[in-house]
Order: sequence, then structure tokens, then C-alpha cells
Amino acid sequence: MHSFTKDRSPRTPSGKEGVMSLLRPLLLDVVPTIQQTAALALGRLANYNDDLAEAVVKGDILPQLVYSLAEQNRFYKKAAAFVLQAVGKHSPQLAQAIVDCGALDTLVICLEDFDPGVKEAAASALGFIARHNAELSQAVVDAGAVPLLVLCIQEPEIALKRIAASALSDISKHSPELAQTVVDAGAIAHLAQMILNPDSKLKRQILSALSQIAKHSVDLAEMVVEAEIFPVVLTCLKDKDEYVKKNASTLIREIAKHTPELSQLVVNAGGVAAVTDCIGSCKGNIRLPGIMMLGYVAAHSENLAMAVIISKGVPQLSLCLAEEPEDHIKAAAAWALGQIGRHTPEHARAVAVTNTLPVLLSLYLSAESSEDLQIKSKKAIKSILQKCTYLPALEPFLYDAPPNILKHVVGQFSKVLPHDSKARRLFVTSGGLKKVQEIKAEPGSLLQEYINTINNCYPEEIVRYYSPGYSETLLQRVDSYQPLIN
Amino acid sequence: MATLARLQARSTFLAQQYYFRNSVVDIFRKKEYDAAVKIQSWFRGCRVRAYLRHLHRVATVIQKCWRGYLGRQQYQLIVKLAFCSMKMNLYNAMAVRIQKQWRGYRIRKYCFNYFYYKEYLRAVSETNDAIREALEEFAEMKEREDKKADLERKEKKKGYEARKMHYLLSTKQIPGIYNSPFRKDPDPWELRLQKAKPLISQRPKVKKISVSVSNWPAYASPQVLPQPKILPPIDRKPCQGPFRDITEVLEQRYKPLEPTLRVAEPINELQAAREELRKQECMRNIHDDMFLPFSSYNKNKKYIPLMHSSSKYGPDSYGSQHFRDENPTKWLCNKEIKEDKI
Repeated sequence: MHSFTKDRSPRTPSGKEGVMSLLRPLLLDVVPTIQQTAALALGRLANYNDDLAEAVVKGDILPQLVYSLAEQNRFYKKAAAFVLQAVGKHSPQLAQAIVDCGALDTLVICLEDFDPGVKEAAASALGFIARHNAELSQAVVDAGAVPLLVLCIQEPEIALKRIAASALSDISKHSPELAQTVVDAGAIAHLAQMILNPDSKLKRQILSALSQIAKHSVDLAEMVVEAEIFPVVLTCLKDKDEYVKKNASTLIREIAKHTPELSQLVVNAGGVAAVTDCIGSCKGNIRLPGIMMLGYVAAHSENLAMAVIISKGVPQLSLCLAEEPEDHIKAAAAWALGQIGRHTPEHARAVAVTNTLPVLLSLYLSAESSEDLQIKSKKAIKSILQKCTYLPALEPFLYDAPPNILKHVVGQFSKVLPHDSKARRLFVTSGGLKKVQEIKAEPGSLLQEYINTINNCYPEEIVRYYSPGYSETLLQRVDSYQPLIN
Repeated sequence: MATLARLQARSTFLAQQYYFRNSVVDIFRKKEYDAAVKIQSWFRGCRVRAYLRHLHRVATVIQKCWRGYLGRQQYQLIVKLAFCSMKMNLYNAMAVRIQKQWRGYRIRKYCFNYFYYKEYLRAVSETNDAIREALEEFAEMKEREDKKADLERKEKKKGYEARKMHYLLSTKQIPGIYNSPFRKDPDPWELRLQKAKPLISQRPKVKKISVSVSNWPAYASPQVLPQPKILPPIDRKPCQGPFRDITEVLEQRYKPLEPTLRVAEPINELQAAREELRKQECMRNIHDDMFLPFSSYNKNKKYIPLMHSSSKYGPDSYGSQHFRDENPTKWLCNKEIKEDKI
């Protein structure tokens, strides 16, 4: 029987129901080794496929496991906890089935065990159960798992720390109350201490846990900040592991998005420069939280937007916009640029000199962009254009833009040209006046008013010279002219 | 008759003449009358006009005074109003000046302090540069550490391999494979082999496998399952014959000593305890000299003994001279008690 179960140990599944009915009596075997191996086999099977996990649940094996979890030695406990984890990770219904058979209390008792392996298995089972939704997380919290998980984090074994941190992260991600429960158990101080640990997988989980806590409300974000994570978190942005960078920038983003004061804190700690460098060194989805962080910081106030500009954020964002293949990342970069450029003419100028406006326009007009990308780039263009007084960047828009954007462009020209003579000259020589004359607008509309304002800046002859069809009128005059005969 | 006819002819003329001569007087009468009337009316008119003039003059004076009075009143009102409005204009102008200054100051200091803003941006960019430098240093340091760790690992591995391959070392007779005679210098491996200590092949230790969920294949093997504590020496063949179990034998042979209480204490325990007590007293004493007598010791006074000690009934020798009762009738048993020599 022992070898039979050992044959089942490799991961390939065979006929499901038959296996369950074979393994179930082995769980009740006298020899402890067979029990343990049977449990291990069950765990492997359930881990592989969710149908098999369902078969485990339907085969009524869980109550037996839970019952014997309380009594057996540590190897059996580990195997049983592994089975619970494997079953619980596939779907919320299976996790609910595990909760219903009263496994949570026994798992929590396992968390108090001396053996770190048992604790690890129990913590990973609880983490997988709590991952699915808020009710299951609440059930895990009600079973009293959180203080024990916080104790597990303080243990010396790295694997245990990792799994406990990931379990805390899964619990606190659903709602502010759950996050508050985790914070009340004193998790933040321990999590913050472990940011300095050199192990990258542990850092991933810690940063993810802190960001899940900080994302819910201002108070929680402030508590995370009070644990003195800045500037240590910035060193994580330079880590070799991509996911550590991603989670670190997620954490900074969640902190900076709540209030201007928190963003100010992040800026004062040099976070913007670090995040900009981090964006430069990554590709793809890893960049996304960093891009969003820059957008959130710039959205709060114009001083912060200026701080983002002087940290060289704008060239980096325009690079992202141009080279990223994915639409959602482009949309995030477009949104961030819009937030930076919308405050004052200086900000709009800083965005416009990097030549991003044509890129944004092309994204807006291209048929391949997703709707989200089109909407975001349109908003960005509008908000930047309404403040932009940097005419060299506006001129290309006269030629390519669709009418709803053209209105804003011409409006900006009509605001700037009456006051600046050099700009007027440049406008004429670059052919802008000609283009403006060619625009057809309904009389009485805003566009027509803008065009009139522009025309009033120039003498009559020049306007007539550049109006379309001027050469025809001149030729007509030639035709109708009577030459002077002396 | 002719005169009658002439008279009749002249009668109309006469009548006319009579009428004319009377009417001339009438004409003059009328004229004179009219003239008289005219003169009188003119005179009366002059009188009335003079009177009216006088009246006008008087009325003018009255009206003039009255109008002057009213006008002066109006004028004072106007002056007052003008003065008030001038004052208010002045105050307004001053208030505007103050407000202008204050608003400019407030905006420049509190709402948009340009210099502070510039300072702040400069400070932010400096912090950014500092952080960038620090992070670069950190990254470099980590890389260096990683490289060092890598090198160390490689070194260790090579050292271990050299120890395992120690038998390939070249001897005087036979050059090893790394010391081919056709080479100018021996291979660096040769030097490593020379430095390495030969590795005695041991049975690979039962590695303490970290018991974690990811280590399942190791777990499934029976090695890590619970084992008995005292392992018998492995390279001993089981002896043939009715011998006891080697574990038991070893247990008994190497049983730890359990001495009796008497043996467990040291032989000079009493003396040691006394010394200990003396030491503690030394510690606690203020000085080590014997108790000095009273200051009246040297004063040669006659000693007056106590009543207790000067009575004829004297002190009992029991308790100071002997400690055993010398009344044999009170003894419990007849034998003498001998002192026990320890």
C-alpha cells in the first residue's frame, strides 16, 4: 500500500473518483507513514487540477483531515495543511467548503505549533483561503489567525516569513476593516523592519502587504509612513528582482495617491527621482505603478507637478508613451502627462517641448487604440492645450487636428498673438495664418470669434493676401484691367 | 329870391362852414383834450412808475437779502459735502494704498512665495540628486557583494573539487595530468592540488533538510522520519551468540554516575562551611580586631561583680563546663554515648 501511494505521488492525475475512494481509507491506516503519504498524495492531486480538488471535497475527506489535524504528529499536520491549501486555492466555493467543515480553527491551532514547517503549511492554507473574497478573509480573521501570523513573521525561518507576509497581504487587501485588524495586531512595525532583509521573495511579499494595507484610507497610509519606510523603500526600487521593484512602486503609489501632504512627503524624500529612474530601468507591466504614481503626485497641486517636472519625469513618461506596446500602459502614461501639464502655462510648456503632443494626437486619432486610450489621450490633449502658450508645439496641430481640438488650438493662438509681435511674425512666416484662413467655421461660433481675433492682429492686406483664392482674385483684376494707352 | 337861392345854396355851405368852424374848435378841443389827457396820464404814469420803481427796489433788496441768506446756507452745505467727500476720498486712497501693500505682501509671502518656491524646487532637485547617487552607490555595492559572493562560491567549489581530485597530484616519478612535461608551466589546477588537503571519503552526512512545503520529495523518503536516539556503531558486525542488545550494553556501560548524597558532598565540607561563615562575618564586620574593652578598663576601678556571680549559690556548671547531665538517674539508657568520629 505504501508503494501504491508512492506511485500516486507524481503529479499526473488519473481517474479522479477512483483515486479518491482508494486514498480515503489509506488516510485511516494504522501506520503513520501511510497516512502521511496518502495525505501528501491527496494534496498533490488537488493542487494540480480544480476538478480533483472538487472531488476531494465531494469525497468527504475534509472532515477526516480536519479531525486528525488536531491530533497527529507534525508530518501529518503538514500534509493535511497542504491538502487544505491545495483545495482552497482554486475557487471561492471550494474555500467556502473548507471553512464550512471547520478547518479554520484547526489551522489556527497549527499556527501555534513549534515546527516551522507546520506553521508554514497552515499559513499558506490560510492565505489561499483569504485570497478569494472579503467574507472568507473575515472568516479567517474571526478564527484569530492575524496575531499568530504576526508572530510567524517574527520567526527566523525565511520561508515562514514569506508565507506569513503573503497571507497578511491577502487578508488585508479586501477592505479597510480587515486592513485595520491587521494593523491593530501590530503588523506594520515588523513588516517595516523586514524591508531591509536581503531575500528578494520576502521583500516582494512584504512590500505587497504594506501596499495592500496603505491603499484603503489616509489613516492607514499615514500609519505605514510613520513606520519610517522612507527612504529605505527607495533602495528596493534598485533591486535586481523585477517584482520587488513593481511592488515597491505600488506601495509608493498607494501612499502618494491619498492626499497632497502624503505626496509632499514622498517628494521631499526624493521618491519621485527614484521612481523615475526605476521606470527607466524596467519594461512592460512593471512600469505601470511607477507611471501612475507620477500621475497621482502631479494631480494634487501645481507645486508637486513642478517637482515632478524638475525630477525629469516628463521625458521618461513621453518615452514610455512612445515605446510601450501595451495600450493600458500608454493610457496610464497619457493620463499622467495630462495631469502634469494641466496646471499652468509653464507646466504645459514643459510637456510640450518634449514633443509628446503629436504622439498623443496620433494615439487619439488612430483606430487601433482602445477606447480607454483614446479617451485618456483626448482629455490629456485638451487639458494641456488649454494652458499651452508654447506656439512652436501648437503649430503642427493646426494641420492635423480634428475640429474639436482645432477649436482649442485656435483659441490659444488668439490669446497669445495679440500680445507678442515676434510670435505674430513667426506665425505668418510659418504658414499658420494661411492655414487659419482656410479653416471654415460657422459665423457666430466660438471658432469664428477666435479667427476674427487673429485676423484683427494683422493688417488688412496681409489677411487678404493669405486668404484662399487670393491669386484668382488678382488674376481677375488683371483680366478686367484696362491698360493705360499713352 | 336870388339871395334866398344864394342863401340856400350857401346854406349847406354855411351849414358846413358853421359845422366846420364849430368842429375846428372841437378838433382843437379834442386835440387839446387829448393832449391834456396825455400829459396827465403821462405824469400819473411817471408817478406810478416811480412808485413802482421804489417798490421794486425795496422788494429787490428784501429778496436779495433773503436769497443771499438761503444761498449762503446752500453754500455751506455744499462746502461741507465737498469737504466730507474730499476726506473720504483721501481715506479711501490711503486705504487702497494699505490694502494694495498688504495684498501684495500676503500673496507674495503666503500664497505664492516665488523665492521660497524656487528654493523648494532647488531643494527637491538636490534631494533627488542625492537620492540618485545614494541609490547608485547602493546598487553598485550590492553588485560588488553579489560578485564577491559568486567568486567565493566558485572558489569554494574549486577547493572542494581539488580536495576530491587530490590523487591527481603529480609525484616525483609520475607527472600528474595537470603537470604535463610538454608544458612550460604547470596548470593552475596543479598548484591548487598541491595546496589542498586530501579529502577523506566519509559517508555523506544526514543533511538536516529544512522542513518546508516545497521540499516534498525529500520529505517522502524515510530518512527524515523519527529515529531512535542512540545509534549503534554502524561498522560492527552483529556478534553471533547470546549477546545482549548492543544498545542496552552501551547504555549501561556509559551510564552517567549517580553518587550518593554522602559521596556527593566534599570531605572537608564542615571546614569549608566554617570558612564560609568566617568569610561572611569578615565581610560584614566593620573591623577585624577583637572586641575592645570599655574605656574604663584601664581606670583600675574596683571591680564589683554581679549579684548573680557573687552569690554563694553561684552559676551552674551545666551549660558552661559540661553539657551533659551528670545525674545518671535521669538518663534514658545506661550506656554511655560515644562520640562519633566521622
